[in-house]
Amino acid sequence: MTALATPEFEKANEKNKRRQGVLLALPAYLYLVLFFAVPLGIVVVYSFATRTSTGATELSGWNLDSYGRLGDEVVRTILFRSLWLAILTTAICFVVAYPFSYFLATRKPLTRNLMLVGVLIPFWSNFLVRNYAWRVLLGNDGPVSQLTEAVGLGETRILFTPVAVVLGLVYGFLPFMILPMYAAIERMDWSLIEASRDLGATGWQTFRNVTFPLSRPGVTAGSILVFIPSLGAFVTPEILGGGRTTLLGSFIVSQFLTARNWPAGAAVSTVLMIVMLIATISYFRSGGRTL
Amino acid sequence: MSTTETTAAVELSTVTKRFDDVVAVDSIDLEIADGEFFAMLGPSGCGKTTTLRMIAGLEFPTEGSLKIFGEEVGTLPPNKRPVNTVFQNYALFPHMNVIQNVGFGLKMQGVSKSEIATRANEAIELVQLGALTKRKPNQLSGGQQQRVALARALVNKPKVLLLDEPLGALDLKLRQEMQGELKSLQRELGVSFVFVTHDQEEALTMSDRIAVMHAGKLLQVGSAEELYDRPVNRFVADFIGQTNLVDATVSDDSTIVLANGTKINAPNPHPAGTKVAMSLRPESITIGEPDEIPDEFVPTSLRGQVTNVTYLGHSHVYTVSVDWMPLEVRTNATPTSVVYEPGSQVAIWWDRRSDWVVPDEGYGT
Repeated sequence: MTALATPEFEKANEKNKRRQGVLLALPAYLYLVLFFAVPLGIVVVYSFATRTSTGATELSGWNLDSYGRLGDEVVRTILFRSLWLAILTTAICFVVAYPFSYFLATRKPLTRNLMLVGVLIPFWSNFLVRNYAWRVLLGNDGPVSQLTEAVGLGETRILFTPVAVVLGLVYGFLPFMILPMYAAIERMDWSLIEASRDLGATGWQTFRNVTFPLSRPGVTAGSILVFIPSLGAFVTPEILGGGRTTLLGSFIVSQFLTARNWPAGAAVSTVLMIVMLIATISYFRSGGRTL
Repeated sequence: MSTTETTAAVELSTVTKRFDDVVAVDSIDLEIADGEFFAMLGPSGCGKTTTLRMIAGLEFPTEGSLKIFGEEVGTLPPNKRPVNTVFQNYALFPHMNVIQNVGFGLKMQGVSKSEIATRANEAIELVQLGALTKRKPNQLSGGQQQRVALARALVNKPKVLLLDEPLGALDLKLRQEMQGELKSLQRELGVSFVFVTHDQEEALTMSDRIAVMHAGKLLQVGSAEELYDRPVNRFVADFIGQTNLVDATVSDDSTIVLANGTKINAPNPHPAGTKVAMSLRPESITIGEPDEIPDEFVPTSLRGQVTNVTYLGHSHVYTVSVDWMPLEVRTNATPTSVVYEPGSQVAIWWDRRSDWVVPDEGYGT
């Protein structure tokens, strides 16, 4: 019966298509499972393991001791300091990047593209090298210090302080704030701003009630993209903080390499991942589409 | 005001708008009366939207004076003008629901919450959107969005409502329905509506007066009848309704000579020798046998050959070739009417009040 053959054929066709899709995605799946999911799983598993007196990790006697250690005074201080610096970095990035993104989005296409390239130029050189460059810049006899001395403010001692770390983090992650905010503002319908003004709103009222709410997905995306790497940053705090202000990144590294307490390092890493996961989920919940 | 002379709702004098070196609006003088349904009509790029945006305050005139109820507003920002706009794409705030959209203007003015709620609901009632107040704009159809945009503007009780091609995005049936509703809304509120459109039929059916614009210039302002029967130049004659435009030269104040040499009785104010066009509406022409032209119509008649005939149910549309000039003739189709086949020799004639001589200009330079 031909009447029955049609839906059956369609079903088979659909099944084929699905199989084809799986085949196409297989290499990516394999790669991600092997090199992303498995190591992640190992970290989580290790966080429940026991550290022997020799510093080796014993994969038995599962316990929550490592998580308990997160409550220790030392760890708590590091955790809050990291959170505080990450929030500060994100806030500064936002304040600096929002006006700039707005400015960028309202330029002519040519100017816009040139300036976007400008934003991306730092990525052309190595992150580590750029951090060392900042070390020169902020050093006790570096250009910044010389300048403040020249104008009579005395030499500045920024290097190896939390200020230097925040400056370095802002510098490193600013493009991640600019790009999504620029994209959000750029695709905004400008007639909405005209409509707002037409309906009697002042410039500031328009910004508060129309422009800013409509650019919020970009703000959230940018904030997450800055906050997450700031929270786990290792290179910048080491180089510009001189290891004097221990942050989570450095703490994790020291747990694995120096203290040889893998479960503790793994536990902190797991907590960090959970924080990031929550941030990301709340972003998608708030209506953002893509990062 | 104690003066007997009424103040115009909107008054433009020698208003010019230039974008870099492009003149979008070229020295326009225009008065729109209070309570008038006024249309600005023209092809795209003629400057009608720019003119509307200048009234709204979304563009500032480069030169000239712009008054709203006697007050100079030339460079006042939009939020300081007693006008509101219905935008072409509606420009509804996507992050607000219907009631928030409608109440936006009042909220910005600092009106109390309870009054916002009352007035916004009244406005929503006015445009018949009752049940949808909690929807977001993307959950509404085009017609519903249009109504929200209308309510959002009207809730602020503007002295002049500006509408930028508000019906352009709707399908034909909805458009016709909204035309009627807009018209009755305007009568009910008694507020001036200034309406921008490129659709001459829409302008003719809805407006008290129409301004025809082309290439930044204001060509003619008048009622639908004035524009249709007495266009000032070739462009207006061509743009408003359908017409035959026959090239001619003025011979004296009551005669013109067509390009094929035929003299036609056509009173006109132009000096002899002026290049003109004769505008002749297809429906005002009678078609008949070559030898049956009534005596009084001989000075306003031509002879030619039918080259095409289309039956439209209520009428026949003929194309009659007079020498090389094709003329369109529209006759009522009745069971008794004679139908001329293509190839027939015919005469066409018309009442001398039906032809209209226009200067051969208006398309810009």
